[in-house]
Amino acid sequence: MEGWRHFSHDADMGVQAEAGTREEVFEQMALGMTALVTNPALIEPREDVAVVCEAPSLELLLVDWLNALVYEMSVRTMLFSRFRVKLGAHSLSGVAGGEKVDRARHEPAVEVKGATYTALEFRQRRDGRWEARCVVDV
Amino acid sequence: MDRSLLERESEFRWRIAPHGDMRVPGILYADEALIDAMDRKVHDQLSNVAMLPGIVQAAYAMPDAHWGYGFPIGGVAAFDPDQGGVISAGGVGFDISCGVRTLLMGRSITEVEPLKQRLSDGLARDIPAGVGSTGRIVLDEAQMDAMLRGGARWAVEQGYGREADLARIEEGGAAAGADPTQVSDRAKRRQRQEIGTLGSGNHYLEVQRVAQIHDPAAAAAFGLALDEVVISIHCGSRGLGHQIGTEFLRSMAIAAEEAGIRLPDRELACAPILSALGASYLGAMRAGINCALANRQIITHLTRGTVTRLIPGATLDLLFDVSHNTCKEELHEVGGRRMRLFVHRKGATRAFGPGHPDLPAAVRAVGQPVLVGGSMGTASYVLVGTAAGEALSFGSACHGAGRAMSRHQATRTWSGRQLVRELAGRGIIIRSPSMRGVAEEAPGAYKDVGSVVDLADASGLARKVARLEPLVCIKG
Repeated sequence: MEGWRHFSHDADMGVQAEAGTREEVFEQMALGMTALVTNPALIEPREDVAVVCEAPSLELLLVDWLNALVYEMSVRTMLFSRFRVKLGAHSLSGVAGGEKVDRARHEPAVEVKGATYTALEFRQRRDGRWEARCVVDV
Repeated sequence: MDRSLLERESEFRWRIAPHGDMRVPGILYADEALIDAMDRKVHDQLSNVAMLPGIVQAAYAMPDAHWGYGFPIGGVAAFDPDQGGVISAGGVGFDISCGVRTLLMGRSITEVEPLKQRLSDGLARDIPAGVGSTGRIVLDEAQMDAMLRGGARWAVEQGYGREADLARIEEGGAAAGADPTQVSDRAKRRQRQEIGTLGSGNHYLEVQRVAQIHDPAAAAAFGLALDEVVISIHCGSRGLGHQIGTEFLRSMAIAAEEAGIRLPDRELACAPILSALGASYLGAMRAGINCALANRQIITHLTRGTVTRLIPGATLDLLFDVSHNTCKEELHEVGGRRMRLFVHRKGATRAFGPGHPDLPAAVRAVGQPVLVGGSMGTASYVLVGTAAGEALSFGSACHGAGRAMSRHQATRTWSGRQLVRELAGRGIIIRSPSMRGVAEEAPGAYKDVGSVVDLADASGLARKVARLEPLVCIKG
């Protein structure tokens, strides 16, 4: 698997991602979360929004990153489809590119309430690649 | 779930014997079919909840229990603050005080049926629903705090609804002890444009027909008559509640890690009720409850406006308003002793029996109305709390059907447009901004709400009063 995919959870939805670097995993997880709402290909990255997070572990940083994006989607009524992430020791600075929700064009299916700590993982595999997963409350 | 994991106590009651670090047993209300259909994770999560400090009597799973985060959805657990009892953000959930209220239209199906299409047009136009919708009211900072303290009472004072509504809402329409200063600016900012909006996912506004009366006396007391029309509203505390949940899950998880508390699941993160973090969450969570109550009150007001323009004289009196995701301070009898407990109900409805002092006078003699929502296109039910429920589940019952299939599977199985056509063929009008959203909420993606309600009735958690069938569904 390269990129993101969804996995089943009784009431909610799981997102998982795999990539060569940790940064790419963060970006793919954001794309996977967006895909819960609408097809990311329908979102034009017209405007950039900066996001900064700090957390003691990669797993917590992932939840913070996704929740920061949920927050920006909510207060700006925007959807994002292009993500760039830089990692520090215990921090992340990211840019999310997107546009205002267009209900006719995007037909958003569901609103993300928040990323949870359920089934949360962020790890490096034996082959050196990185993977992550978490359940998102919708 | 493998039945061999459980001891069968009676036809409808199963027990997880305390093992490992469990302080109390787990109790599930279900029949064989419901147990077989339940995920093994409900067993694991219920066992985990039973390990938490200060838990009293048992950790309970309602008949509609399913895999949640930390606590199972359909989970009930009570904690004693004097025994180190805890409060858990995961035990309440993200959508604080998500719930259902039902309005009595006071008109029969024969009067409403010919107006169904116009009614659906008006409601779809006037009730903000779905992702990207914004409310008609934008609150400034002072108004936001007043709303968080006053809940539905604040809304009525602002002109959204009637004084009489408040007597038919849990806690008179305003949770005491709400502390807006414990709600972050980010949470308030998320709510600025979202007050008076339905939300998305499984949230809805439905026009329904009273299709069957199971308990004529209780139905009469609730104002329900066969073939009359009601309107049910299912929604919660919107962005504010979600943000409170997000922030406190994080701070409770980190506080537990720093304190060296080893939890079997990070989502169980919690804080002692008698701690600074516990008090802070309680104040914020109660503000979240008030936000949900205000939200449902404003939507009620908008609904009344739309309906009475089309059907002058429709009464639209509030039958009752129930909340699903809460932690409430209540008095309960445990082992012959009256105790002050903090009862978490996550995807479970409070269901107090007749004569309970916490019930408003309007329904005290009969018991609390328990409003159980179906999925789009299926029946909903009105039940009533029982005296027996107090000993069975701290006076709690089920809240809905529970998903049988993930959203992902549902979109691969059904097309939204096809579902809308099929339901139209059965006389049910669906209005939604998203056809994918409709597919994700397909009736077949949910368990049969009828079997869940039958079990609640058979096990004594609550008694069936009436069955409601949909005419119009406005989906978020």
